[in-house]
Order: sequence, then structure tokens, then C-alpha cells
Amino acid sequence: MSRLAQTFARLKKEGRAAFVPFITAGDPDMDTSFAILERLPAAGADVIELGLPFTDPMADGPAVQAASVRALAAGATTAKVLKMVERFRKTDKTTPIVLMGYYNPIHAYGTARFARDVAAAGVDGLIVVDLPVEEDEVLRVPAAAQGVDLVRFITPTTDDERLKRVLDGAGGYLYYVSVAGVTGTKAVPEDEVRAAMTRVKAATGLPCTVGFGIRTPEQAAAIAALADGVVVGSAIVGRVAANLEAGRDKIVAEVLELTRALAGSTHAAGRDKVSPEKANA
Amino acid sequence: MTAIPNSLRSGPDASGHFGAYGGRFVAETLMPLILSLEKAYEAAKKDPAFQAELSGLLTHYVGRESPLYFAERLTAHLGGAKIYLKREDLNHTGAHKINNCLGQILLARRMGKTRIIAETGAGQHGVATATVAARFGLPCTIYMGEVDMERQKPNVFRMRLLGAEVKGVSSGSRTLKDAMNEALRDWVANVHDTFYIIGSAAGPHPYPAMVRDFQTVIGNETRSQMLEREQRLPDLVVACVGGGSNAIGMFHPFVDDAGVEIHGVEAAGDGVDTPRHAATLSKGTPGVLHGARSYLLQDQDGQIIEAHSISAGLDYPGVGPEHSWLKDIGRVKYHSVTDKEALDAFLLLSKLEGIIPALESAHAIAHVARVAPQMDTDKLIAVCLSGRGDKDVFSVAAALGEKL
Repeated sequence: MSRLAQTFARLKKEGRAAFVPFITAGDPDMDTSFAILERLPAAGADVIELGLPFTDPMADGPAVQAASVRALAAGATTAKVLKMVERFRKTDKTTPIVLMGYYNPIHAYGTARFARDVAAAGVDGLIVVDLPVEEDEVLRVPAAAQGVDLVRFITPTTDDERLKRVLDGAGGYLYYVSVAGVTGTKAVPEDEVRAAMTRVKAATGLPCTVGFGIRTPEQAAAIAALADGVVVGSAIVGRVAANLEAGRDKIVAEVLELTRALAGSTHAAGRDKVSPEKANA
Repeated sequence: MTAIPNSLRSGPDASGHFGAYGGRFVAETLMPLILSLEKAYEAAKKDPAFQAELSGLLTHYVGRESPLYFAERLTAHLGGAKIYLKREDLNHTGAHKINNCLGQILLARRMGKTRIIAETGAGQHGVATATVAARFGLPCTIYMGEVDMERQKPNVFRMRLLGAEVKGVSSGSRTLKDAMNEALRDWVANVHDTFYIIGSAAGPHPYPAMVRDFQTVIGNETRSQMLEREQRLPDLVVACVGGGSNAIGMFHPFVDDAGVEIHGVEAAGDGVDTPRHAATLSKGTPGVLHGARSYLLQDQDGQIIEAHSISAGLDYPGVGPEHSWLKDIGRVKYHSVTDKEALDAFLLLSKLEGIIPALESAHAIAHVARVAPQMDTDKLIAVCLSGRGDKDVFSVAAALGEKL
């Protein structure tokens, strides 16, 4: 059983949603970023989304764009990001890491080589924003052969017909984009998420996390009641941006403090509001 | 040589690929929209009423057909092949961009969309989009890099006059690439009511094919005008290539004519062996940006490298996927021209023919100035003069060290 499957199975048994923080690898520099990464599990991260920086992140809002710019300016490369995961895995054998980014850096690395190297480094899943179902075979197949899941998206624009297409061949877990828009710009609409989760749960047994627009512990708790995981990105990388002047220790401390608050409310939330039985009723 | 199938005009395939290029590399939120756009476009293409309305607008609103003008003094000056200019600069709004904008706004209306967005580099596509939005009474937002807003001030003002909102983009290189990122971000946040009019033969399928189809009027007219004037096809067809919309429109009707040589001209900026150029096909490598696989200017790690050209319309690190395919199969040869050569051609055409070309089009003229003298005087060149240069007088003055 993969680390991702184990994690979601364990949380299901415990009746909790996963807390999934997103940080951009190498933001604001590789060392600080690693210091954050290695402390995230103790702060309550169940799964970690690690952003692979890209010059042209067209699905991201200003906060994550700025994080990419900082990481690239500090010299982040795909190879360095993989090294970072490798180093993390030396001490943490259980927390799944999912790389999230855009296709071009992966294309440039070579999809087969990328699949092999990420697996060797200890990556568990991949989320590639601009690789929809129609184009994802080139990465999904070699990644699956290495035991790495390619996570697919469901969005507010996904109708029932499209949902079938997205679920056909989906692995690991699903990522529900809670707002039509870029990351971190609109607030998560709870009622729409509830309706979407009901639909998704009726259609698949795969876990489904929700992201885009979750910033506060209150929002995290509300979504945790509906979904299998709560993803927070922009608010977390915003803490990096807000403390750049204050230096590494302060950045790490601030990011971890927010992570603890978000994870705490995610884990404390009750979890029985969405079930396939209700969807069929 | 690569085997040439029966026609080079049948692409893309059902999944939007031209050989290894093209495709639909967009966020999942946009996929349903892209798929419905494709359906709507396929239906419109076959609808005689749609085609009739478009054709009527092209005639009475744009002023088509545009002349194929024999540049007598330029020909005499260069002393070689006869040079014909396809006068897209004479279109309403001053460039070829309007051909595509009209087609897309008719499609937007057909799809029930009520808001228009677009990206622009030189501002020509922005002006054309603002124009058709005004004509059809739809609100319109244009994304433009701050660097481009500075060097194309007249067009910024023009767009505002036409009622468009021009939003400056301050991310990245603050040019066309970043304007396109920002337009995509707007689109993904406003999928329900917004139609994105892409100005280049780039972006996710069906855009490259759709933009090409709307621009093919350039090559179709050139072909029949040349046959009428010279009773034969040109020996060489030339157009500048940024994203490549005027070029693909000019080239496409000729790609199956084995006797017609085709040259695309990219912007070499300070020179292709310097870091400052926009010669994507000449110096780039295949990658994925803005929805399609195509040649790109990128580093080893797949990070996009900022392009440079004196011409804002060519200042783009990508290129339309069909051009990438035409390059690989060897049907079109892609050359490049430096800022300096383009400026010289800008001045040359202004003085010899009384035609001030857009800096983009001046790249095509510069290439013609290079090859025409090497061709016999009975050879024929058709070059796409994609736009007029009024918008460029400020940047040309600056490049020449003159203050306006």
C-alpha cells in the first residue's frame, strides 16, 4: 500500500480529514524551505504539497506567483527540489509528499526520467496544473509504473460527463478546486463544496481533497467536515512573504504556527456530513 | 527528406495536434470551456449564415480585400525579384488582427458570452479586439505588459477610446507572455460569461486552428490576386513570425504548392547569438506554454526565458504550434532579422514606397531586402505587410535617438 493510500486509510479510520499544506520548494531559499518542510509533519501536516517553481504559473494568484519568483531567484531547480525530498525521506518515512507544478519543467526534464527520479527521491504523487486528462497519459503511465500517483482535478466546471472522464484512470486521490479562478483570490464557497463532494462521493471511492480559497482555521474546519483533505497554499506562502525581512527563524516559526492552527481545526472538525447514501437518497 | 502526405493543410488531428505540437495543456477548470468552444467553432465553420456574416463584415467593415501592391521602387532598389506587398496595413485598425477578432467575436456571440478579454503585445490585437467589442456592444478588458504599454502608448490610448479597459501587467518580463498569463487567469475566474479572444495562432486547441482559419483570408486573397496579376503563383512567400498569426494565414493556402518557397521571419533582437532575441524557432526547443506544445525559449530546467525584440508584437518566447510542425517537416524555412536590420527596413520602405510599416512587418521586409537581390528579376515574392507603423513612431524615434 502506498504512503498516500495508507495515510488516507488511517485518517478515515480516525474519522479525520487530512491537513495538506502547500509550500513552494526553494522559497525563499532552499535551506529555509527545507527547514519548513522537515517540521511540517510535527506541525500537523498529513500530506505535503511541494510546489515545483515555474516562471509562468498561470493558474496561480499573486501569492504563489511571488513564491515561484523568490524560489527561482534563489536558484531552485528540479534537481535541487528532488534532493530536498530525498533528504526529507531520510528521517520521515511516512508523510506523503506530492509535487505540484506545471508541465514544462517536467517536459524539459523528460517524463520517463522524471517519473523514475521522483520515485527514487521518495515522492508519492504529482499534481500538474496544466496537464488535463486529455494530455496526461505521457506522465501518468510512467509515474504509475514507479508507484507514483498522478492526482487529477475536479472543478466547479466539471459536469457529470466530464467527471466520468476524470475518474477513468484516476489514482491516489482527487483534488477539488473549490473556486473557478486562480489560487488564493476568492473565498471557498461551502455550499458549493458540499454539493460537489456529494457528487464526487457518489461516483468514486477515491479520497478527495479541497483547495483554492481556504485561508483561515474556521474555513479549514468547515471544509474538513465535507472533504477528505483540506489544502492551504496561498495563506501559508503569504507567511513567508510577510516575514522575508525578519529572517529564517522567524519565517519558519510563522509558517509552522499557521500550519498548527490550520491542522488543529482541520483535525478537530466532525466528519460525517457527506456520504454516498445521502447523495443517492 | 520527410515524406509529404497528400495535403499539409489537413491538421490538426482530432485532439488538436500538428504532429508532436499543439494540444490542450490548460487547467482542468478551462477544459470544459475549451471543449465547448471547439464544438461551437466546428458548428459555426459549417454554418453558411456565420460565414456570410463574417464575409460581409470583412468587406464592409474591414475594407477587404486588401490590395496586393507591386512595390516597384523597392524592387528596382533591390535589383532582383519582383516584390508584392499584401497590404494588411490598410485594413480597418491598421493590421491583420481584425480578421481574426471579427471571427471570434461572432463566435462569442453565438456561444452567448457577454464579456470579452484579450492579451496584446504591440497593441494591434488589443485595438482590434476593443474595436470589435465596441462594434458588438460587449464590455472588454485587455491585458498588456507594462513595458509594452510604455512603448505602444498610442495603441493604449486607442483601446481606451474604444471603450476597453486596459489592465497593465507587472509580472515577469511585463510583455506579451505575461499579458497572456494574466488573461488566462482572468478567464479561469470568469469562465461562465467570458470569451477569450486570443490574437495569435497559439494557445490551446482549437485556437491555433481557428485563428489560422480566420487569417487564411490573407493567403487566399494573395493567391488569387497573384494569379490575376502574374498568371502564376509567387516563387517565395514571406511573413514575420511572433506567435505567427499573419504568417500562418499567409502561408497556409500555399503549403501544398511545391513550387512556392515559404520563409517565416523571426525577431533576432540584438542577434541570435546574444541572450536578447525572440527567435523561438531558430534557437528554441520544444516545450509547453500557454496551452500548447511548441518551440519555446527556455533554459535547461524548462523555465521560460524572456524574449527581446524592438517590436512588441514579436516579443514572445513561444510560437504557434503549426509553425513548429512546418519547421520540423521542412516545409517552411524560418529566418531571423535583428532590431537594426528591421529598423533599416522600416526606413527603407517608408522612403521608397511611402508606406510606413509596423516594426513587426519591417522584419519581413528586411528579410526580403536580403533575399530579393539574389533572385532573378523574373521571380516573384509576396510578402505580408501585416500592419502599419503609426503605432511605432515613438519607439523608432527613440531608437534613432530623436525626441518627439
